[in-house]
Amino acid sequence: MTTIKPVTTENKPFTSQRVNNIAPSGIRKFFDLLASMNDVISLGVGEPDYTTPWNIREAAIYSLERGRTMYTSNLGMPELRKELSRHLEQRYGLHYNPDNELLITVGVSEALDLAMRATIDPGDQVLMGTPCYVAYPASVILSAGEPVIVPTYESNRFEIAPSTLESAITPHSKAILSGYPSNPTGAVLPREKMLQIAGIARRHNLLVMSDEIYARLVYGVEHTCFASLPGMKERTILLGGFSKAYAMTGWRIGYAAGPREIIAAMTKIHQHTIMCAPTMAQVAALEALRMNNDSVEEMVSDYNRRRQMFVKGLRDIGLSCFEPKGAFYAFPNISITGMNSETFAEKLLAEEKVAAVPGTAFGECGEGYVRCCYATSVPELEEALVRINRFVSKHK
Amino acid sequence: MSNNEIFSILEKDAKLTPEQIAAMTGSSAAEVSQVIKQAEKDRAIVKYKTLINWDKVGNEHVWALVEVKITPQREVGFDAIAERIYKFDEARTVYLMSGTYDLAVIVTGRTMQEVAEFVTRKIAPIEGVTGTVSHFVLRRYKEDGEIFDSKEEGKRQAVIL
Repeated sequence: MTTIKPVTTENKPFTSQRVNNIAPSGIRKFFDLLASMNDVISLGVGEPDYTTPWNIREAAIYSLERGRTMYTSNLGMPELRKELSRHLEQRYGLHYNPDNELLITVGVSEALDLAMRATIDPGDQVLMGTPCYVAYPASVILSAGEPVIVPTYESNRFEIAPSTLESAITPHSKAILSGYPSNPTGAVLPREKMLQIAGIARRHNLLVMSDEIYARLVYGVEHTCFASLPGMKERTILLGGFSKAYAMTGWRIGYAAGPREIIAAMTKIHQHTIMCAPTMAQVAALEALRMNNDSVEEMVSDYNRRRQMFVKGLRDIGLSCFEPKGAFYAFPNISITGMNSETFAEKLLAEEKVAAVPGTAFGECGEGYVRCCYATSVPELEEALVRINRFVSKHK
Repeated sequence: MSNNEIFSILEKDAKLTPEQIAAMTGSSAAEVSQVIKQAEKDRAIVKYKTLINWDKVGNEHVWALVEVKITPQREVGFDAIAERIYKFDEARTVYLMSGTYDLAVIVTGRTMQEVAEFVTRKIAPIEGVTGTVSHFVLRRYKEDGEIFDSKEEGKRQAVIL
Protein backbone atom coordinates (compact mmCIF):
# COMPACT_ATOMS: atom_id res chain seq x y z
CA MET A 1 0.00 0.00 0.00
CA THR A 2 1.31 3.40 -0.84
CA THR A 3 0.75 6.47 1.19
CA ILE A 4 0.05 9.71 -0.50
CA LYS A 5 2.26 12.50 0.67
CA PRO A 6 0.84 15.96 0.98
CA VAL A 7 2.06 17.81 -2.04
CA THR A 8 3.33 21.14 -0.89
CA THR A 9 4.06 21.39 2.79
CA GLU A 10 6.96 19.05 3.41
CA ASN A 11 9.65 21.66 3.85
CA LYS A 12 7.54 24.71 4.00
CA PRO A 13 7.40 26.36 7.43
CA PHE A 14 4.06 27.34 8.84
CA THR A 15 5.38 30.76 9.74
CA SER A 16 5.20 33.49 7.15
CA GLN A 17 8.09 34.56 4.99
CA ARG A 18 7.67 38.10 6.28
CA VAL A 19 8.20 37.05 9.86
CA ASN A 20 11.05 34.75 8.91
CA ASN A 21 12.73 37.74 7.30
CA ILE A 22 13.20 39.30 10.72
CA ALA A 23 16.59 38.18 11.95
CA PRO A 24 16.44 36.38 15.30
CA SER A 25 17.90 38.37 18.17
CA GLY A 26 21.65 37.78 18.32
CA ILE A 27 21.77 38.14 22.05
CA ARG A 28 19.62 35.21 23.10
CA LYS A 29 22.59 33.60 24.83
CA PHE A 30 23.07 36.75 26.87
CA PHE A 31 19.42 36.80 27.96
CA ASP A 32 19.57 33.15 28.95
CA LEU A 33 22.66 33.74 31.07
CA LEU A 34 21.05 36.75 32.70
CA ALA A 35 17.90 34.81 33.52
CA SER A 36 19.95 32.24 35.42
CA MET A 37 21.66 34.77 37.72
CA ASN A 38 20.79 36.56 40.94
CA ASP A 39 22.01 39.84 42.42
CA VAL A 40 22.74 41.37 39.05
CA ILE A 41 22.95 45.14 38.75
CA SER A 42 21.01 45.68 35.59
CA LEU A 43 21.85 48.58 33.33
CA GLY A 44 19.93 46.71 30.66
CA VAL A 45 16.48 48.10 31.26
CA GLY A 46 14.76 50.51 28.94
CA GLU A 47 12.33 52.13 31.31
CA PRO A 48 12.20 54.60 34.20
CA ASP A 49 12.89 53.37 37.73
CA TYR A 50 9.95 55.40 39.00
CA THR A 51 6.50 54.05 39.45
CA THR A 52 3.75 56.07 37.79
CA PRO A 53 2.98 59.23 39.84
CA TRP A 54 0.15 58.54 42.26
CA ASN A 55 -2.28 61.11 40.90
CA ILE A 56 -2.20 59.26 37.56
CA ARG A 57 -2.72 55.86 39.15
CA GLU A 58 -5.43 57.25 41.38
CA ALA A 59 -7.31 58.71 38.42
CA ALA A 60 -7.31 55.30 36.71
CA ILE A 61 -8.44 53.51 39.88
CA TYR A 62 -11.23 56.02 40.36
CA SER A 63 -12.41 55.50 36.79
CA LEU A 64 -12.49 51.75 37.37
CA GLU A 65 -14.51 52.26 40.53
CA ARG A 66 -16.94 54.33 38.52
CA GLY A 67 -17.24 51.51 36.01
CA ARG A 68 -15.47 53.05 33.03
CA THR A 69 -14.66 49.69 31.57
CA MET A 70 -16.15 49.98 28.08
CA TYR A 71 -14.54 50.60 24.69
CA THR A 72 -13.82 54.16 23.74
CA SER A 73 -13.97 55.67 20.27
CA ASN A 74 -11.48 53.97 17.91
CA LEU A 75 -9.45 57.17 17.83
CA GLY A 76 -9.36 57.34 21.62
CA MET A 77 -11.41 59.29 24.19
CA PRO A 78 -12.39 62.71 22.79
CA GLU A 79 -11.28 64.45 26.04
CA LEU A 80 -7.86 62.84 25.78
CA ARG A 81 -7.45 63.85 22.14
CA LYS A 82 -8.52 67.41 22.96
CA GLU A 83 -6.07 67.60 25.85
CA LEU A 84 -3.31 66.10 23.70
CA SER A 85 -4.02 68.62 20.98
CA ARG A 86 -3.68 71.43 23.55
CA HIS A 87 -0.48 69.87 24.85
CA LEU A 88 1.14 69.71 21.40
CA GLU A 89 0.01 73.23 20.64
CA GLN A 90 1.51 74.48 23.87
CA ARG A 91 4.82 72.62 23.54
CA TYR A 92 5.47 72.98 19.83
CA GLY A 93 2.97 75.52 18.53
CA LEU A 94 1.51 72.77 16.34
CA HIS A 95 -2.20 72.47 15.82
CA TYR A 96 -3.62 68.99 15.33
CA ASN A 97 -7.36 68.65 14.95
CA PRO A 98 -8.42 66.27 17.74
CA ASP A 99 -11.25 64.95 15.55
CA ASN A 100 -9.13 63.55 12.75
CA GLU A 101 -5.41 64.22 13.13
CA LEU A 102 -4.74 62.37 16.39
CA LEU A 103 -4.95 58.67 17.15
CA ILE A 104 -4.44 57.13 20.60
CA THR A 105 -2.54 53.85 20.37
CA VAL A 106 -1.21 51.01 22.47
CA GLY A 107 2.17 52.58 23.10
CA VAL A 108 4.40 54.07 20.43
CA SER A 109 5.06 50.48 19.36
CA GLU A 110 1.58 50.18 17.90
CA ALA A 111 1.75 53.68 16.44
CA LEU A 112 4.98 52.78 14.66
CA ASP A 113 3.52 49.57 13.29
CA LEU A 114 0.40 51.38 12.08
CA ALA A 115 2.45 54.12 10.47
CA MET A 116 4.39 51.52 8.50
CA ARG A 117 1.41 49.44 7.50
CA ALA A 118 -0.58 52.49 6.47
CA THR A 119 2.13 53.92 4.23
CA ILE A 120 4.56 51.23 3.07
CA ASP A 121 3.96 49.07 0.03
CA PRO A 122 6.07 46.01 -0.78
CA GLY A 123 9.50 47.12 -1.88
CA ASP A 124 9.23 50.63 -0.47
CA GLN A 125 12.37 51.69 1.33
CA VAL A 126 12.50 53.35 4.73
CA LEU A 127 15.73 55.11 5.67
CA MET A 128 16.87 55.04 9.26
CA GLY A 129 19.97 55.97 11.20
CA THR A 130 21.51 53.17 13.23
CA PRO A 131 22.24 52.07 15.93
CA CYS A 132 18.50 52.33 16.47
CA TYR A 133 15.65 50.89 18.45
CA VAL A 134 15.19 47.21 17.56
CA ALA A 135 11.63 47.60 16.32
CA TYR A 136 12.50 50.07 13.57
CA PRO A 137 13.84 47.66 10.93
CA ALA A 138 11.42 44.94 12.06
CA SER A 139 8.37 47.17 11.63
CA VAL A 140 9.43 47.95 8.05
CA ILE A 141 10.02 44.29 7.24
CA LEU A 142 6.62 43.33 8.64
CA SER A 143 5.11 45.76 6.16
CA ALA A 144 7.09 44.07 3.37
CA GLY A 145 9.18 47.17 3.01
CA GLU A 146 12.94 47.40 3.00
CA PRO A 147 14.82 49.08 5.83
CA VAL A 148 17.77 51.11 4.55
CA ILE A 149 20.44 51.48 7.16
CA VAL A 150 22.33 54.76 7.46
CA PRO A 151 25.11 54.23 10.00
CA THR A 152 25.87 56.96 12.53
CA TYR A 153 29.10 57.31 14.44
CA GLU A 154 30.42 58.35 17.82
CA SER A 155 32.70 60.87 16.09
CA ASN A 156 29.53 62.52 14.82
CA ARG A 157 27.73 62.25 18.19
CA PHE A 158 25.53 59.56 16.59
CA GLU A 159 23.73 62.22 14.59
CA ILE A 160 22.53 61.11 11.20
CA ALA A 161 24.57 62.88 8.51
CA PRO A 162 22.27 64.61 6.00
CA SER A 163 24.67 63.99 3.09
CA THR A 164 24.92 60.25 3.83
CA LEU A 165 21.18 60.09 4.20
CA GLU A 166 20.63 61.81 0.87
CA SER A 167 23.09 59.56 -0.95
CA ALA A 168 21.12 56.51 0.26
CA ILE A 169 17.93 57.72 -1.42
CA THR A 170 16.69 55.69 -4.41
CA PRO A 171 13.52 55.81 -6.51
CA HIS A 172 12.06 53.30 -4.01
CA SER A 173 12.61 55.52 -0.98
CA LYS A 174 9.33 56.28 0.71
CA ALA A 175 10.11 57.51 4.18
CA ILE A 176 12.68 58.54 6.75
CA LEU A 177 12.26 57.03 10.20
CA SER A 178 13.87 59.30 12.77
CA GLY A 179 14.33 58.37 16.40
CA TYR A 180 15.78 61.20 18.46
CA PRO A 181 16.42 61.41 21.40
CA SER A 182 17.86 58.02 20.59
CA ASN A 183 17.55 54.65 22.15
CA PRO A 184 20.28 53.25 22.41
CA THR A 185 22.76 56.12 22.10
CA GLY A 186 21.08 58.96 24.01
CA ALA A 187 21.91 61.26 21.09
CA VAL A 188 19.71 64.21 20.20
CA LEU A 189 19.61 65.74 16.75
CA PRO A 190 20.42 69.45 16.64
CA ARG A 191 17.84 71.68 15.02
CA GLU A 192 20.15 72.68 12.12
CA LYS A 193 20.57 69.05 11.12
CA MET A 194 16.84 68.46 11.40
CA LEU A 195 16.28 71.40 9.09
CA GLN A 196 18.66 69.86 6.54
CA ILE A 197 16.90 66.51 6.78
CA ALA A 198 13.55 68.24 6.44
CA GLY A 199 14.90 69.86 3.25
CA ILE A 200 15.90 66.46 1.92
CA ALA A 201 12.47 65.03 2.74
CA ARG A 202 10.77 67.86 0.87
CA ARG A 203 13.10 67.68 -2.14
CA HIS A 204 12.63 63.94 -2.54
CA ASN A 205 8.98 63.91 -1.49
CA LEU A 206 9.61 61.62 1.46
CA LEU A 207 7.44 61.05 4.48
CA VAL A 208 9.05 61.45 7.91
CA MET A 209 8.06 59.20 10.76
CA SER A 210 9.44 60.71 13.92
CA ASP A 211 9.52 58.65 17.09
CA GLU A 212 9.71 61.25 19.85
CA ILE A 213 8.94 59.07 22.85
CA TYR A 214 11.91 60.57 24.73
CA ALA A 215 10.99 64.16 23.86
CA ARG A 216 10.67 65.24 27.49
CA LEU A 217 13.95 63.65 28.56
CA VAL A 218 16.55 66.08 27.26
CA TYR A 219 19.31 67.72 29.24
CA GLY A 220 20.58 71.23 28.68
CA VAL A 221 19.09 71.32 25.17
CA GLU A 222 15.64 71.86 23.80
CA HIS A 223 13.73 69.18 21.99
CA THR A 224 12.65 70.13 18.49
CA CYS A 225 9.59 68.37 17.16
CA PHE A 226 10.09 67.30 13.54
CA ALA A 227 6.58 68.27 12.54
CA SER A 228 7.17 71.82 13.79
CA LEU A 229 9.81 72.53 11.14
CA PRO A 230 8.67 74.63 8.19
CA GLY A 231 6.63 72.64 5.68
CA MET A 232 6.96 69.40 7.63
CA LYS A 233 3.64 68.98 9.38
CA GLU A 234 1.98 67.75 6.19
CA ARG A 235 4.63 65.07 5.64
CA THR A 236 5.40 63.98 9.19
CA ILE A 237 3.84 61.32 11.37
CA LEU A 238 4.68 62.29 14.92
CA LEU A 239 4.85 59.27 17.21
CA GLY A 240 4.73 59.99 20.90
CA GLY A 241 3.69 58.49 24.17
CA PHE A 242 3.48 58.62 27.91
CA SER A 243 5.78 55.77 28.92
CA LYS A 244 9.03 57.61 29.50
CA ALA A 245 8.02 61.10 30.60
CA TYR A 246 5.37 59.92 33.07
CA ALA A 247 6.89 56.56 34.00
CA MET A 248 3.91 54.78 32.44
CA THR A 249 5.58 51.97 30.48
CA GLY A 250 3.24 49.21 31.60
CA TRP A 251 0.11 51.18 30.71
CA ARG A 252 0.92 50.89 27.02
CA ILE A 253 -0.38 54.21 25.86
CA GLY A 254 0.91 56.30 22.98
CA TYR A 255 -0.32 58.32 20.04
CA ALA A 256 0.21 59.29 16.45
CA ALA A 257 -0.31 62.81 15.12
CA GLY A 258 -0.26 63.48 11.43
CA PRO A 259 -2.01 64.45 8.23
CA ARG A 260 -5.68 63.59 8.19
CA GLU A 261 -5.54 60.99 5.40
CA ILE A 262 -2.66 59.12 7.04
CA ILE A 263 -4.33 59.11 10.45
CA ALA A 264 -7.50 57.84 8.74
CA ALA A 265 -5.52 55.02 7.12
CA MET A 266 -3.83 54.14 10.40
CA THR A 267 -7.17 54.21 12.18
CA LYS A 268 -8.54 51.70 9.67
CA ILE A 269 -5.89 49.17 10.71
CA HIS A 270 -6.19 50.12 14.38
CA GLN A 271 -9.96 49.54 14.43
CA HIS A 272 -9.58 46.10 12.85
CA THR A 273 -6.74 44.98 15.09
CA ILE A 274 -6.90 46.81 18.41
CA MET A 275 -10.30 48.51 18.47
CA CYS A 276 -9.13 51.12 20.95
CA ALA A 277 -6.36 51.63 23.48
CA PRO A 278 -7.31 50.38 26.96
CA THR A 279 -9.84 52.74 28.52
CA MET A 280 -8.21 52.90 31.97
CA ALA A 281 -4.85 53.70 30.41
CA GLN A 282 -6.47 56.50 28.42
CA VAL A 283 -7.96 57.92 31.61
CA ALA A 284 -4.51 57.76 33.18
CA ALA A 285 -2.95 59.51 30.18
CA LEU A 286 -5.53 62.27 30.43
CA GLU A 287 -4.58 62.86 34.05
CA ALA A 288 -0.89 62.86 33.05
CA LEU A 289 -1.51 65.64 30.53
CA ARG A 290 -3.57 67.65 33.00
CA MET A 291 -1.16 67.53 35.92
CA ASN A 292 1.38 70.27 36.39
CA ASN A 293 4.88 69.81 35.06
CA ASP A 294 6.60 69.65 38.43
CA SER A 295 6.88 65.92 38.76
CA VAL A 296 8.11 65.49 35.18
CA GLU A 297 10.69 68.21 35.73
CA GLU A 298 11.72 66.65 39.01
CA MET A 299 12.29 63.31 37.29
CA VAL A 300 14.21 64.97 34.47
CA SER A 301 16.59 66.73 36.86
CA ASP A 302 17.06 63.50 38.72
CA TYR A 303 17.96 61.65 35.49
CA ASN A 304 20.28 64.49 34.61
CA ARG A 305 22.22 64.12 37.88
CA ARG A 306 22.61 60.42 37.34
CA ARG A 307 23.56 60.99 33.70
CA GLN A 308 26.37 63.37 34.58
CA MET A 309 27.64 61.18 37.36
CA PHE A 310 27.52 57.99 35.29
CA VAL A 311 29.10 59.40 32.13
CA LYS A 312 31.89 60.96 34.19
CA GLY A 313 32.39 57.61 35.92
CA LEU A 314 32.70 55.79 32.59
CA ARG A 315 35.19 58.35 31.32
CA ASP A 316 37.21 58.14 34.53
CA ILE A 317 37.47 54.39 33.90
CA GLY A 318 39.03 55.23 30.55
CA LEU A 319 36.08 54.35 28.33
CA SER A 320 35.34 56.90 25.69
CA CYS A 321 31.74 57.98 26.01
CA PHE A 322 30.15 60.74 24.01
CA GLU A 323 27.82 62.98 25.97
CA PRO A 324 24.25 61.72 25.65
CA LYS A 325 21.87 64.66 25.84
CA GLY A 326 18.63 62.76 25.79
CA ALA A 327 16.76 59.63 26.92
CA PHE A 328 18.40 57.73 29.79
CA TYR A 329 21.16 55.81 28.09
CA ALA A 330 24.91 56.09 27.89
CA PHE A 331 26.62 54.32 25.00
CA PRO A 332 30.26 53.85 25.98
CA ASN A 333 32.90 52.68 23.53
CA ILE A 334 34.42 49.49 24.87
CA SER A 335 37.04 48.94 22.16
CA ILE A 336 39.99 49.47 24.58
CA THR A 337 39.19 46.03 25.98
CA GLY A 338 39.73 44.44 22.57
CA MET A 339 36.45 42.56 23.00
CA ASN A 340 33.46 42.77 20.76
CA SER A 341 30.20 44.03 22.26
CA GLU A 342 28.67 40.65 22.87
CA THR A 343 31.74 39.18 24.52
CA PHE A 344 32.10 42.29 26.66
CA ALA A 345 28.48 42.11 27.81
CA GLU A 346 28.62 38.37 28.46
CA LYS A 347 31.87 38.52 30.39
CA LEU A 348 30.87 41.61 32.34
CA LEU A 349 27.75 39.78 33.38
CA ALA A 350 29.54 36.53 34.22
CA GLU A 351 32.50 38.10 36.02
CA GLU A 352 31.00 41.17 37.66
CA LYS A 353 27.24 40.64 37.56
CA VAL A 354 26.55 43.84 35.71
CA ALA A 355 24.12 43.66 32.80
CA ALA A 356 24.54 46.02 29.85
CA VAL A 357 23.15 45.46 26.37
CA PRO A 358 25.60 44.79 23.50
CA GLY A 359 25.50 47.64 20.99
CA THR A 360 25.06 45.14 18.17
CA ALA A 361 21.50 44.47 19.37
CA PHE A 362 20.75 47.86 17.78
CA GLY A 363 22.47 47.31 14.45
CA GLU A 364 25.88 46.31 13.16
CA CYS A 365 27.36 49.73 13.72
CA GLY A 366 26.67 49.31 17.41
CA GLU A 367 29.70 47.02 17.43
CA GLY A 368 32.25 48.25 19.94
CA TYR A 369 29.64 49.77 22.25
CA VAL A 370 27.28 48.73 25.01
CA ARG A 371 24.07 50.40 26.05
CA CYS A 372 23.87 51.29 29.72
CA CYS A 373 20.66 52.65 31.18
CA TYR A 374 21.32 55.03 34.05
CA ALA A 375 17.69 55.04 35.25
CA THR A 376 18.68 53.18 38.37
CA SER A 377 19.61 54.29 41.88
CA VAL A 378 22.80 56.26 42.54
CA PRO A 379 24.27 53.61 44.89
CA GLU A 380 23.66 50.96 42.21
CA LEU A 381 25.25 53.12 39.55
CA GLU A 382 28.26 53.71 41.79
CA GLU A 383 28.62 50.01 42.45
CA ALA A 384 28.23 49.26 38.73
CA LEU A 385 31.03 51.74 37.98
CA VAL A 386 33.30 50.07 40.55
CA ARG A 387 32.67 46.71 38.92
CA ILE A 388 33.06 47.98 35.35
CA ASN A 389 36.30 49.63 36.39
CA ARG A 390 37.64 46.37 37.85
CA PHE A 391 36.55 44.53 34.70
CA VAL A 392 38.07 46.99 32.26
CA SER A 393 41.37 47.24 34.19
CA LYS A 394 41.62 43.47 34.12
CA HIS A 395 40.98 43.13 30.39
CA LYS A 396 42.43 46.17 28.69
CA MET B 1 25.04 74.22 38.21
CA SER B 2 22.94 76.38 40.49
CA ASN B 3 23.29 76.38 44.25
CA ASN B 4 19.66 75.33 44.50
CA GLU B 5 20.56 72.18 42.62
CA ILE B 6 23.05 71.31 45.35
CA PHE B 7 20.50 72.01 48.08
CA SER B 8 17.82 69.92 46.36
CA ILE B 9 20.23 67.01 46.16
CA LEU B 10 21.28 67.35 49.80
CA GLU B 11 17.73 67.75 51.01
CA LYS B 12 16.99 64.28 49.68
CA ASP B 13 20.20 62.64 50.83
CA ALA B 14 22.42 64.45 53.32
CA LYS B 15 25.02 61.68 53.22
CA LEU B 16 26.22 62.47 49.71
CA THR B 17 29.78 63.78 49.63
CA PRO B 18 30.87 66.91 47.77
CA GLU B 19 32.62 64.58 45.28
CA GLN B 20 29.39 62.72 44.56
CA ILE B 21 27.40 65.92 44.23
CA ALA B 22 30.06 67.36 41.95
CA ALA B 23 29.81 64.32 39.67
CA MET B 24 26.04 64.69 39.51
CA THR B 25 26.11 68.38 38.71
CA GLY B 26 29.13 68.55 36.46
CA SER B 27 31.10 70.78 38.81
CA SER B 28 34.14 70.34 41.03
CA ALA B 29 34.15 69.02 44.59
CA ALA B 30 35.88 72.22 45.72
CA GLU B 31 33.06 74.35 44.28
CA VAL B 32 30.41 72.23 45.93
CA SER B 33 32.21 72.31 49.29
CA GLN B 34 32.46 76.06 49.05
CA VAL B 35 28.72 76.45 48.42
CA ILE B 36 27.89 74.09 51.28
CA LYS B 37 30.25 75.81 53.71
CA GLN B 38 28.79 79.20 52.93
CA ALA B 39 25.24 77.88 53.30
CA GLU B 40 26.10 76.33 56.65
CA LYS B 41 27.56 79.64 57.76
CA ASP B 42 24.42 81.52 56.66
CA ARG B 43 22.25 78.85 58.26
CA ALA B 44 20.64 78.27 54.86
CA ILE B 45 21.62 74.70 55.63
CA VAL B 46 20.34 74.43 59.19
CA LYS B 47 21.27 70.90 60.12
CA TYR B 48 21.83 67.37 58.81
CA LYS B 49 19.49 64.91 60.47
CA THR B 50 18.20 61.37 60.10
CA LEU B 51 14.58 60.34 59.67
CA ILE B 52 14.02 57.40 61.98
CA ASN B 53 11.02 55.14 62.17
CA TRP B 54 10.97 54.78 65.94
CA ASP B 55 8.22 52.20 65.81
CA LYS B 56 10.69 49.83 64.15
CA VAL B 57 13.31 50.44 66.79
CA GLY B 58 10.82 49.54 69.50
CA ASN B 59 11.35 52.84 71.21
CA GLU B 60 7.88 54.27 71.11
CA HIS B 61 7.25 57.95 71.37
CA VAL B 62 3.98 59.71 71.76
CA TRP B 63 3.30 62.51 69.34
CA ALA B 64 0.63 65.14 69.64
CA LEU B 65 -0.49 68.07 67.56
CA VAL B 66 -1.42 70.85 69.95
CA GLU B 67 -3.51 73.75 68.73
CA VAL B 68 -2.76 76.89 70.73
CA LYS B 69 -4.94 80.00 70.77
CA ILE B 70 -3.25 83.22 71.67
CA THR B 71 -4.09 86.84 72.34
CA PRO B 72 -1.39 88.65 70.36
CA GLN B 73 0.70 91.05 72.38
CA ARG B 74 1.41 94.67 71.63
CA GLU B 75 4.55 95.18 69.49
CA VAL B 76 5.66 91.55 69.46
CA GLY B 77 2.43 89.95 68.15
CA PHE B 78 2.61 86.18 68.30
CA ASP B 79 6.39 85.90 68.25
CA ALA B 80 7.10 86.27 71.97
CA ILE B 81 4.73 83.49 72.93
CA ALA B 82 5.88 81.30 70.08
CA GLU B 83 9.41 81.74 71.34
CA ARG B 84 8.47 80.79 74.89
CA ILE B 85 7.01 77.60 73.46
CA TYR B 86 9.60 76.65 70.87
CA LYS B 87 12.40 76.87 73.40
CA PHE B 88 11.05 73.78 75.15
CA ASP B 89 12.69 70.57 73.88
CA GLU B 90 9.31 68.86 73.97
CA ALA B 91 8.04 71.17 71.21
CA ARG B 92 9.38 69.49 68.14
CA THR B 93 7.75 71.72 65.57
CA VAL B 94 6.08 75.11 65.95
CA TYR B 95 4.14 76.91 63.22
CA LEU B 96 2.11 80.11 63.19
CA MET B 97 -1.16 79.28 61.48
CA SER B 98 -4.02 81.01 59.75
CA GLY B 99 -7.53 79.89 60.71
CA THR B 100 -9.24 78.99 63.94
CA TYR B 101 -6.14 78.73 66.09
CA ASP B 102 -2.78 80.45 66.08
CA LEU B 103 0.08 78.09 66.82
CA ALA B 104 0.40 74.47 65.79
CA VAL B 105 2.85 72.73 68.11
CA ILE B 106 3.99 69.18 67.62
CA VAL B 107 4.90 67.81 71.01
CA THR B 108 6.64 64.53 71.68
CA GLY B 109 7.04 62.62 74.90
CA ARG B 110 7.52 59.13 76.24
CA THR B 111 3.92 58.74 77.39
CA MET B 112 0.57 60.42 76.88
CA GLN B 113 0.76 61.49 80.49
CA GLU B 114 4.07 63.24 79.87
CA VAL B 115 2.71 65.10 76.85
CA ALA B 116 -0.48 66.03 78.68
CA GLU B 117 1.50 67.37 81.61
CA PHE B 118 3.72 69.41 79.37
CA VAL B 119 0.70 71.01 77.73
CA THR B 120 -1.14 71.72 80.96
CA ARG B 121 1.84 72.80 82.99
CA LYS B 122 4.00 74.60 80.43
CA ILE B 123 1.89 75.81 77.52
CA ALA B 124 -1.61 76.46 78.85
CA PRO B 125 -0.55 78.74 81.72
CA ILE B 126 1.54 81.08 79.54
CA GLU B 127 0.11 84.56 79.71
CA GLY B 128 -1.67 85.30 76.45
CA VAL B 129 -2.50 81.65 75.72
CA THR B 130 -6.27 81.48 75.77
CA GLY B 131 -6.76 77.81 75.01
CA THR B 132 -5.22 74.55 73.79
CA VAL B 133 -6.57 71.47 72.05
CA SER B 134 -4.38 68.36 71.95
CA HIS B 135 -4.66 65.71 69.24
CA PHE B 136 -2.63 62.58 69.82
CA VAL B 137 -1.03 61.01 66.76
CA LEU B 138 -2.13 57.42 66.25
CA ARG B 139 0.15 56.54 63.37
CA ARG B 140 2.80 58.30 61.33
CA TYR B 141 2.47 57.22 57.69
CA LYS B 142 4.67 59.75 55.98
CA GLU B 143 7.03 62.44 57.13
CA ASP B 144 8.96 65.05 55.18
CA GLY B 145 8.08 63.37 51.92
CA GLU B 146 9.15 59.91 53.05
CA ILE B 147 6.67 57.06 53.41
CA PHE B 148 7.59 54.86 56.39
CA ASP B 149 6.24 51.56 55.12
CA SER B 150 5.80 51.68 51.38
CA LYS B 151 3.79 48.86 49.88
CA GLU B 152 4.98 49.57 46.33
CA GLU B 153 6.05 46.45 44.50
CA GLY B 154 7.21 47.73 41.12
CA LYS B 155 9.80 45.38 39.70
CA ARG B 156 11.43 45.80 36.32
CA GLN B 157 12.49 43.12 33.87
CA ALA B 158 16.27 42.72 33.84
CA VAL B 159 16.59 43.62 30.18
CA ILE B 160 14.28 45.62 27.98
CA LEU B 161 15.48 46.75 24.58
